[in-house]
Formats: sequence, C-alpha cells, structure tokens
Amino acid sequence: MAAMFSQNPLMNGPNYSVNDAPRIGAPEGAREHRFDPYTDNGGSTLAIAGADFAIMAGDTRLTSGYSINSRFHPKLFKIGGTTADQKDATIVLSVVGFAADGEALKERLDAICKMYRYRHGKPMSVKACAQRLSTILYGKRFFPYYAYAILAGLDEEGKGAVYSYDPVGSYEREQCRAGGAAASLIMPFLDNQVNFKNQYIPNSGEGHALVERERRPLTRREVEILVKDAFDGAVERHIEVGDGLQMMIITKSGIEEVLLPLKKD
Amino acid sequence: MPGFDFSNYNRNAALHARGMPLPKATSTGTTIVGCLYDGGVVIAADTRATSGPIVADKNCEKLHYISSNIWCAGAGTAADTEFTTALVSSQLELHSLSTGRKPRVVTCMTLLKQHLFRHQGYIGAYLVVAGVDPTGTHLFTVHAHGSTDKLPYVTMGSGSLAAMSVFETQWKPQLTRDEAVKLCADAIEAGIWNDLGSGSNVDVAVITAEKTTLLRNYLRPNERSQKLGRYVFPKGTTAVLNEKIIRKEDLSKFVTVHDLPTETGDDKMEIDA
Repeated sequence: MAAMFSQNPLMNGPNYSVNDAPRIGAPEGAREHRFDPYTDNGGSTLAIAGADFAIMAGDTRLTSGYSINSRFHPKLFKIGGTTADQKDATIVLSVVGFAADGEALKERLDAICKMYRYRHGKPMSVKACAQRLSTILYGKRFFPYYAYAILAGLDEEGKGAVYSYDPVGSYEREQCRAGGAAASLIMPFLDNQVNFKNQYIPNSGEGHALVERERRPLTRREVEILVKDAFDGAVERHIEVGDGLQMMIITKSGIEEVLLPLKKD
Repeated sequence: MPGFDFSNYNRNAALHARGMPLPKATSTGTTIVGCLYDGGVVIAADTRATSGPIVADKNCEKLHYISSNIWCAGAGTAADTEFTTALVSSQLELHSLSTGRKPRVVTCMTLLKQHLFRHQGYIGAYLVVAGVDPTGTHLFTVHAHGSTDKLPYVTMGSGSLAAMSVFETQWKPQLTRDEAVKLCADAIEAGIWNDLGSGSNVDVAVITAEKTTLLRNYLRPNERSQKLGRYVFPKGTTAVLNEKIIRKEDLSKFVTVHDLPTETGDDKMEIDA
C-alpha cells in the first residue's frame, strides 16, 4: 500500500503516473482505462504530545494541481462533542490527503463517538477512539479513504496522546508525527527537536560511546514555537503548504484553538 | 561536433520501457509577462523555481540577456531557457559583428523559433522576447514547439492565466513607462499569489531605445518571518567518529593558499553556540 500512496514526487508529479507507465508484457499501445476517484489536495499536518497536553496543527490551504481551491479549509476537527459547535469535545482528528475522504472520515468517526456517548453516558477515551478509527479505515481496505489521519487527546492518566495512521488503518501511538505533503520536510526537524535525535552530550565519550542527549517533556510554549517554525520552514520549500496555520491545544480544561497567518505565495 | 549528444538515447529508452521514471528537470513553473508602452517595452517575471512540489530556488533569475537592447523572460525547463537564450545571444552578437548593425528583435525571435522547431518541442523553453531596435519596439512570445505571437501584452508559464486576467481588466493603449511597469508587476503578483508554480519576488526589465534598466527584485512581497526558536547546538553535539586535520601549511606544499575575509551577509548560516 505504501507504494500506492507514494509521497515521492517522481511518482506523482508531471512525469508518467503509475496509470500511464508502459507495462511489461502488455500488447503494444494497450492502455488501461479506469475510474480515477482520488485527488491529492496537498497541505500538511503535525501533532506533538506533551506531559499534560497535546498540540495538533495543520495549514489551511486546499490545492489541486497548481491551483488554490481555498485559503481557509480546516484540516483539524474536534470529535465527539454533544453539540454542533463541539465545545465539549476532548479529541481532535486531523486529516490530510484527499479532502473529501477526510471529511467523510471525520463525519463517520464523529457520529460513532456521539453514539458511544449517548449509549454509555461518558465520552469515548482516546485509546478507544484510536482503535475504532483503525477499524473504520481497514473496513475500506480495498477502496481506501485516501487520508493520512492523526488523532490527538489526553489518555486515561491525563498525558498527551498522539496516534498516527496510514490510509488503511495501520496505527501507532507516538510522541510526535508530521503528515501530508511536507511530512518529509517536517519529520526530521521533529525527530531532532522533540526526541533530540542525533544530539549527543559534548565530551561524554569517544565516537560510538557518546551519551545521547536526555529526552525531557517540552513545555506548551516550546511546542508552539516548534510548530510555528516547522510550518514557516515548510511554506518556504513546499508549494502546497501556506495561507494559514490552525492549531488546537488539548488540555484537561478543554480545547483551545489558535489561528496564525502563513505566507500566501 | 555541434549539437546534442544522443548516445544514451537507446539505453534510456530501454530503461524507461522497464518502468524507470524519467529524471526530473528543474522547471520554472512560472509567471512571465511583457507589455509595450509609448517609448519602450517592459518584461517581468517571478523568481520561484520548482522541482515537482518542492521549491528548488526562492530567488532565481528568469530575465535573460540577449543583447543590450533585447531581453528575454523564460518559462519551462530552467536549463533549456538558460542555454537557448545564451546560444541565441552568441549567434546574435556574431551576426551583429559581421553585419555591423545592431541586432533586431525579429532576428532574435526567428533564431529562437527555428532552433526550437528543429527540436520538435523537446527543448522545453517558453519565452517572452522583448526589445528595441532601429525598426521599432517589439514584443513576442515563442513556444517550445516553435510557434510565435506578436502582441501588445503577453503572458506565459503556469501563472499565465492569473497574469492575463490582470492585463485583460487593466490594460489600455498608450501607457506611460510607470503605468507599464506597475501593470506588469501587478500581473506577476497575480501569478505569485494565485499560481502555486510561481512565488517569491518580482523582477522587471524596462527596455527603451537609449538603455535597458534591470530592476532585480523590484517587489519583495514574501520576506520570511523571524524564527521564534533558537536552533544552535553546543559544539560537540554531533558524534565525531574519526578526525583528521590537514593544516594550511601542509596543504600549501601542493597548492597556493589564499586567505579570504569571512563572509558577513544575510545568508550566513547559524553555527554552534
């Protein structure tokens, strides 16, 4: 499945798409005709878990090809509240890839979380919601939702929780994750700045014996700075990322939403 | 031997047939425009170069020199626009030397279209040619397959529709120099904001019978915002597996060593704390 949704520009760009590539063994001039229901709407998302909070972020640009369809089309959704404005929601879902599939996925997960609340008289835990989302995605294993989802909330102990998914439901709980068009630009930055990868304590040893810099939970302010700088960097080098930055900060007192401007070129 | 080297053609065709993707050229998915006015001609371009969805160069030059009185804006494959304009620039200089006359814009346009037609569109150069010569002020577009147009205002590249929408709503006959510059800059800006293949800054060139004025980065509407965090590492953060020091004195046995003053520009990289 990984190859089908390759982020490699060589496979997606104006070169030969998989569909048009010459096939070995096919008769001369034969071309496969098929329904092409997916579009890549670009954009990028990012989530980081803190000690007692989680931050989800995404840009608000919606693209197709070289066009901007919208400068404000949110990719972040509050899930499982009791009202239309989701003011008592505790979980945030972000979706990037094909916007229509993302929206459909959000609607389904939200409906399921609401049903759970009415039946059990309590909101769904992130852990349960995460497992359910995986089941929804795998349920469409052979006609997948073309969406890279990330789910964020607080776990049973009140710690920040981030779950990331591939389009067919493989998922994992992580400290941080970048998704979408600029994931390959942002993820290495996060590895280095959140998990302190490739950072060693100076003069702590020779060569391979060096001691790694110890991980510590980041503060909310530090994480917000990382998110803004990560997106500013992505906007500089990726054409599908820009316009606006939407951030949701999940704490025990609720979900705070922040909107910041990004470059519009 | 003049011309291109085709010796790898058969090998590459065979590899491609077996499913290997073509190598990716840097394309200037661009907005370029040109506009005539009373007394000269203005051409303008954005400064973004892309490779697929990635920005390869944030401030590249798409305005190419042909001769002192002829300039060219290029869209399409970056290498093709660069080499094609350089080639024609040379031919035109030699032609001018042998005839003892100033080069004409039609001559330039004809050399370009014949060269591009000969290569059947495989040279991906899409050009706006503008200049002033003894016969008057001229503005042309040249497509990669060799077709040309002669119009009072032109746009090309992926942002051509956005730019043309500005011309079609605001262009009028008998523009002044400043009006023409403003109109071209506005057209490029339309491309910068609304076309993902275009971005960053606006370059403008004004050509008159007297002289050419190149206004590099005439507008810079996309300055990067200040980084909020500090990303400097203490010295020794990166693991060093082995170390070998070659001293300047040892090196100067083999080559001449010059000390240069260290650069202090905006582009200077942040290093360790």
